[in-house]
Amino acid sequence: MMIRKLAAIAALATGLMVGLAAAVGAQELKIGLKTEPSSLDPFYHNLGPNLQMSAHMFDQLVAQDDNQKLIPALALSWKPISDTEWEFKLRKGVKFSDGSDFTADDVVFSVDRVAKVPNSPSPFTLYTKAIKEIKIVDPYTIIMVTAFPHPLLPNDLGSIYIMSKKAASGSAPEGKTTEQLNKGDGLVGTGPYKFVEWVRGDHLTLEANPNWWRGKAKWKKVTFRTFTDNGARVAAILSGDVDVIESPPTADLPKLRENPKVSVSQGLSNRVIYIALDSFAEPSVGIPDTSGKNPLKDKRVRQALSMAIDREAIVKRIMQNLGVAAGDLLPQPMFGSRADAKVQKYDPAAAKKLLADAGYPNGFTITLGTPNDRYINDSDVAQAVAAMWTRIGVKTNVDSIKSTVFFKNRDEYKYSAYLAGWGAGTGEMSSPLRSLVATQNKDKGMGVTNRGRYSNKAMDAKLEDALRTVDDKKREALLQDASRLVINDYGILPLHYEVTPWATKKGLTYKPRVDQNTLAENVVAGGK
Amino acid sequence: MSIVTDKAVAAKAVPAVSPPSSPWRRFVAEFAESKLAMGGLILFVLLALASILAPLIAPQDPYDLAQLDIFDVRLPPGSVSEGSGLTYWLGSDAQGRDMLSAILYGLRVSLMVGAISVVVAMSLGLAVGLGAAYFGGRIDAVLMRLVDIQLGFPAILVALILLSVVGQGIDKVMIALIVVQWAYFARLARGAALVERHREYVEAATSLALPAWRIVFRHIMPNVLPPLIVYATVRIAEAVALEATLSFLGVGVPVTEPSLGLLLRNGFGYLMSGDYWISFFPGAALALAIIAINLVGDQLRDMLNPRLKR
Amino acid sequence: MLAFIIRRLLQAALVIVIMSGLVFVGIYLIGNPVYILISPEASELERAQVIHNLGLDLPLWQQYLVFVEQALGGSFGKSFVFGEPAMKIVLERVPATAELALFSTFLALFVGVPLGIWAGLKPNAISSRGIMAGSILGFSLPNFWVGLMLIMLFGVWLRNSEWLSFLSLPASGRGETVTFLGTRLSIFTIDGWRHLLLPAFTLGLSYMALNIRLTRAGVREVLLQDYVKFARAKGLPERRVIGVHVLKNILIPIVTVTGLELGTVIAFAVVTETVFAWPGMGKLLIDSIVSLDRPVVVAYLMTVVGLLVVLNLVVDVLYSVIDPRIRLGGRSE
Repeated sequence: MMIRKLAAIAALATGLMVGLAAAVGAQELKIGLKTEPSSLDPFYHNLGPNLQMSAHMFDQLVAQDDNQKLIPALALSWKPISDTEWEFKLRKGVKFSDGSDFTADDVVFSVDRVAKVPNSPSPFTLYTKAIKEIKIVDPYTIIMVTAFPHPLLPNDLGSIYIMSKKAASGSAPEGKTTEQLNKGDGLVGTGPYKFVEWVRGDHLTLEANPNWWRGKAKWKKVTFRTFTDNGARVAAILSGDVDVIESPPTADLPKLRENPKVSVSQGLSNRVIYIALDSFAEPSVGIPDTSGKNPLKDKRVRQALSMAIDREAIVKRIMQNLGVAAGDLLPQPMFGSRADAKVQKYDPAAAKKLLADAGYPNGFTITLGTPNDRYINDSDVAQAVAAMWTRIGVKTNVDSIKSTVFFKNRDEYKYSAYLAGWGAGTGEMSSPLRSLVATQNKDKGMGVTNRGRYSNKAMDAKLEDALRTVDDKKREALLQDASRLVINDYGILPLHYEVTPWATKKGLTYKPRVDQNTLAENVVAGGK
Repeated sequence: MSIVTDKAVAAKAVPAVSPPSSPWRRFVAEFAESKLAMGGLILFVLLALASILAPLIAPQDPYDLAQLDIFDVRLPPGSVSEGSGLTYWLGSDAQGRDMLSAILYGLRVSLMVGAISVVVAMSLGLAVGLGAAYFGGRIDAVLMRLVDIQLGFPAILVALILLSVVGQGIDKVMIALIVVQWAYFARLARGAALVERHREYVEAATSLALPAWRIVFRHIMPNVLPPLIVYATVRIAEAVALEATLSFLGVGVPVTEPSLGLLLRNGFGYLMSGDYWISFFPGAALALAIIAINLVGDQLRDMLNPRLKR
Repeated sequence: MLAFIIRRLLQAALVIVIMSGLVFVGIYLIGNPVYILISPEASELERAQVIHNLGLDLPLWQQYLVFVEQALGGSFGKSFVFGEPAMKIVLERVPATAELALFSTFLALFVGVPLGIWAGLKPNAISSRGIMAGSILGFSLPNFWVGLMLIMLFGVWLRNSEWLSFLSLPASGRGETVTFLGTRLSIFTIDGWRHLLLPAFTLGLSYMALNIRLTRAGVREVLLQDYVKFARAKGLPERRVIGVHVLKNILIPIVTVTGLELGTVIAFAVVTETVFAWPGMGKLLIDSIVSLDRPVVVAYLMTVVGLLVVLNLVVDVLYSVIDPRIRLGGRSE
């Protein structure tokens, strides 16, 4: 009897210890995402959640570190050997997760595959269109020939993940199809994790890639689940269903910070929230009471609108400090940003005076468009701006609308002023400049998102010069000049840079990334 | 069991003071028999008055952005604004809007949206349902398949199409709600009317060669109305909730003219933040309004039901 | 009866065709999906190329013809967002939603109707008043609010409490599933049932309340009818009076409403599914509508309308079973 009891206790104790050991050694990480990837094919849909998932399973030639600085990955080094030729030395001894070797053939296969993936709603050719040809010098040296001088080639390659030629070849023109890859068939990369299972809408499971060239992955197993609803995501971390969640809502952050079971990590992002003003149409569609004139064409009016915005108050009150007031389109110290970019001073009295000087002593009426589901607290920020503008006499209506309809309206020039955001995918200044403020030019692909149709010839010249300059130092100076020209002309009104939050279980910390990605490798043990 | 019912009926029959003269007075007297219903009515009238008079009694005009102060956001109930000296009795929201004012104005929007959309949808649905049941055959088939199509068409799609084609506004939300809801009433009315159509009194009326409209409206309709009214009172609540859901999905009323639904949706983001007043007060106001509507609706239904008549 | 059912099924086919056309036009009116899906950095030329690749540069009627051709081939086109056959994406989500919808309807019926009968039989009892007050709360509280409160109570508070943690319930997802006949079902595991409980209750709550009210109203009315009085006078046991005479006569509105609500619950359990991260069809629909993923929306709605027509048919057949006075097919017979 006694012995049995003892045995039982011993068994219990062993069980407990095994349990404890398992808890320490199991190293399973559960991540709660806001948006599920639409596909696992790394070249199907150029979309944040997809790129983030690719980063777990694949590597690029040139990677971007947490601050989007270029760092060697599958390419050990790269250098331009002429205006249109780049030499890449590839890393030796890298193995794919299936054990096969990585060589130049895989690079050629992957870059070729980009253009062949059918029905892509957002093709990755955006990043490969400059590449005319890839010459294989030897299995570990390639030369990429571009169709025109393209200094941003290494940045662009940051979005091209290298697939295994052996695993992803197939009967279709593109090799393994998107559908096959979504099932894990041919989904073989050199990244820290490899595919286990994906049940769409439910969960996605990865496990450590034993052949990873950088060493041992931080987690044995990673499970992703998607909680589109903010409250549900926060509940998931509070209940312990997941270990990490991305973008907890600002409203819940104070409580999460107080909670002894949770810690919050946060970091500056490359995304600027801005207001674009219609500086083209006459009359402008959202301004009914200026007898046909578009006041926004007057720099003084744009300056007044900028001065009327109390950016610090917005950051503090609306964003609850999940933002940094902005005086430029990209925060310091990213490539092309300026140390001399100052946040516009809040001065409603001076703003009123400027309006009067411009011939609008009683202001005018304007509609400010904003999406209500795209950026952190987007609709709230727009309402705060509207209140501030109304106070200097510019009576502002807010058209806060689902992004589906917002982007359509914006692209059809239905707003005199709109709030939107821009994340610099390349991590440097030419990205916002060429899309948001360069004069619209279909053939050159300039000003695609410039729906205020702002135009500044001097800035265009500097920017185009920069986009041809391969020398980093010179290019950076040109970009700085270009952004200075726009900002000083109030061509666009930057509001703030988003700060991205993550919530983790106590004992874990998230190393924030400027590109807002949530990566298992950035989840590290140890609290703050 | 029967004793209970008989007692109830007897109890109701007793306060036959002086026989009321006009039908209207009879109606009022009958309504007042239920204290609960009277309580509901009083509550409803108070809420309706408060919402109609909102511009006069609200401390702040929540539609006027110039009155919102960014330094007054998320203040707890009872706080006093440093800028304007205004007291936020129910606290302020994430825009610095006075919750009390926002709720009064929001109640106005919600009651209007809910009531108008349900009444219009019910009338439409009643007409369709009666027509389908009375005429049967092809007409029934066509109407009911139309109902099927409508029921399969999700509210958010209707709202998004309206939003995209005609823009944002309270009236558009109302149209969307009518479009979404009429089919429910049509189905229910048809089901009830089918039963009535084959009852003896209708057959008697038919054999008397009474005109179709007379049979439908004088004989069938009064018997179809009671279940429809029960459903309508529920539906008003659902209409308000649906409006909130549309706001939840980002296709509801404009943010600068918040309804109770939109306030509730805004508050939803603060359920776990400790700023309870942003979600609690709009929710409480909504619940009160819905309870009042239902108490009144219950009594009206009992009164309108010819089979409960003594 | 058979002719009636065949006729109805033919009508259903027509309904589905009309529906697909309506959805096509509707989504066309909202906007062009490419402008939502494509990277904002893409140039006008690249956009035009993608629009061409997806066949969105054709006139609307030609796009519809292409779709009809694909539909006849059974594929319904490829999703713009997922790049896989639209119908496959929709059908993948059916089991999760079906489980949720059926269970919540079951709760609504088998909790709601008995409570309603009780409240109808004893309208003045305190318990009845309590039931009625509860039922008002049941549908006046918005779905998302109830869901989140339940999550906070069962998923967070009880889970983290020291003594009551055995009462806690999982707050999201489907839990352990078993693959049965090629579909993943969670009703075969205890873990699966535990996951099902909270969302099903949330989803079923307002219909439960509705059933209580409809039943009570019906019972109160029927009790005054001559045939009930007659049945009682005949000395039939009370159980039989209520179980047969009363119940049978209050079933019509309940069957109608259940048919209606089951359809709605299956089709549009959006909010509940979102709050509980339930991998069902409702969430898919909303995401697809928002990204204007037309193939998925059309495939989805055609499925749903088909389902509604069948449910409607079942309801009509049930009418004639419950109440022989109602003949199927109306006047023509």
